[in-house]
Amino acid sequence: MSDDGDADRTRRFREAALPHLDDVFTLARYLMRDRADAEDAVQECFLRALRHFDSYRGPAMKPWLLAILRNVCKAEFARRAVQPAPPERTEEELAADDPSPWQEPQLSPEAELLRRHDDEAIRRLVASLPQPFRETIVLRDINDLSYRDIAEMLRVPVGTVMSRLARARAMLRARWTLEQGSAP
Amino acid sequence: MNCSEAEVLIHALIDGELDAGHARDVEAHVATCPDCARKLAAFRELRRTMSVADLKEKAPASLRARIEAALPLPPAPARATGAVVVPAPVLAARRFNRRFFVGGFALGTALSGAVAATLVLGVLNDDRQQRIAGEVVTAHLRSLQPGHLTDVETSDRHTVKPWFNGKLDVAPPVVDLTAQGFTLIGGRLDDVNGETAAAIVYRRRNHVINLFVAPAQGARQQEPASQTRHGFNVLHWQENGLDFWAVSDIAAGELDEFAQKFRAALQPSPAPS
Repeated sequence: MSDDGDADRTRRFREAALPHLDDVFTLARYLMRDRADAEDAVQECFLRALRHFDSYRGPAMKPWLLAILRNVCKAEFARRAVQPAPPERTEEELAADDPSPWQEPQLSPEAELLRRHDDEAIRRLVASLPQPFRETIVLRDINDLSYRDIAEMLRVPVGTVMSRLARARAMLRARWTLEQGSAP
Repeated sequence: MNCSEAEVLIHALIDGELDAGHARDVEAHVATCPDCARKLAAFRELRRTMSVADLKEKAPASLRARIEAALPLPPAPARATGAVVVPAPVLAARRFNRRFFVGGFALGTALSGAVAATLVLGVLNDDRQQRIAGEVVTAHLRSLQPGHLTDVETSDRHTVKPWFNGKLDVAPPVVDLTAQGFTLIGGRLDDVNGETAAAIVYRRRNHVINLFVAPAQGARQQEPASQTRHGFNVLHWQENGLDFWAVSDIAAGELDEFAQKFRAALQPSPAPS
């Protein structure tokens, strides 16, 4: 390919991909926890995406980039997994850690949540959710992907996306309620 | 609908991902179940709070600069995006190569898998398809009224096919499947989704199968997908620029078989028949 062709391709890629940088970075932050790791993952994501841009035929650019980012993060976790990982646990077991997904609060925690606008607290609680619930709620409620996009990205049926999202939101709400209960 | 179904579906309702029929079902359940009504209200509030809160992170300017440096443009016209310009080589390779270059990672596989992933749709918002499925069942019921089944009655496909000529924008394929257990009994013009469609009528034992054929929107191929509406089985597929809807009260398995035989008969055969 000529230099001109390369330059043109890069230009098209930048125009298509760079507007989604914040979305990609956001998902990276929730997946990697460590900020520098997240930044590295985002950079690797964009480089890989450029390499595969010629074969890109869809889906929409945002879910495509997020899928690549997720693959980069997974590969990184796999690489790190030198120390024995905790035994695989089922989603049911993970969900069972939250024995009270639904508690009747004395105050409406949502009203409280709304009043305090405590963005940082919500962020922290979302980040505390176990996988795969965390990525599902981030993709839906923060990255604004449709159920179908999420299902394609995670390569699971839409029904699975729906049940994970229901669990994720129930856990998030329960944690919030708990936190409010124990707060001074 | 029971509470455990509703517990999952209220989220799809909040997110606007349910088709009209299922949205009504969930709302009907919530109207009679105070517990689920409370949950719906609470999760709506949570969703609203999350959308108001600023949960999206902004990529730091240094990262943006690193990435832009790694995606160089020809120097000519100014395409600066306003980000800080940082000399590329210094930052670009930070810890990145050492830590992230995981050889042999099968990106291509993962991506084509993502694209090819088939979705289990079931209850999701597919309003147009859902509405048309409802319409073809209505058209099927209408056709079962005395005297409405066929405009041209014959088991000879060479009579049915030309009969459609000039009446439609498309030439619907007509095949005789008598040998396979589905007897061609005729055709008629019908109305699906406000447009004229061909209805090709087959009989299996005492059951009528209506096969509606209309020009497809878009040219993609779609394998048969089945659903049940008002006790009728509906099978939809798309190929060669045509939309096919098979409707009948025969078992879903038999309707599948019908679609298979029909589609197989349309494949070009090695010798002229």
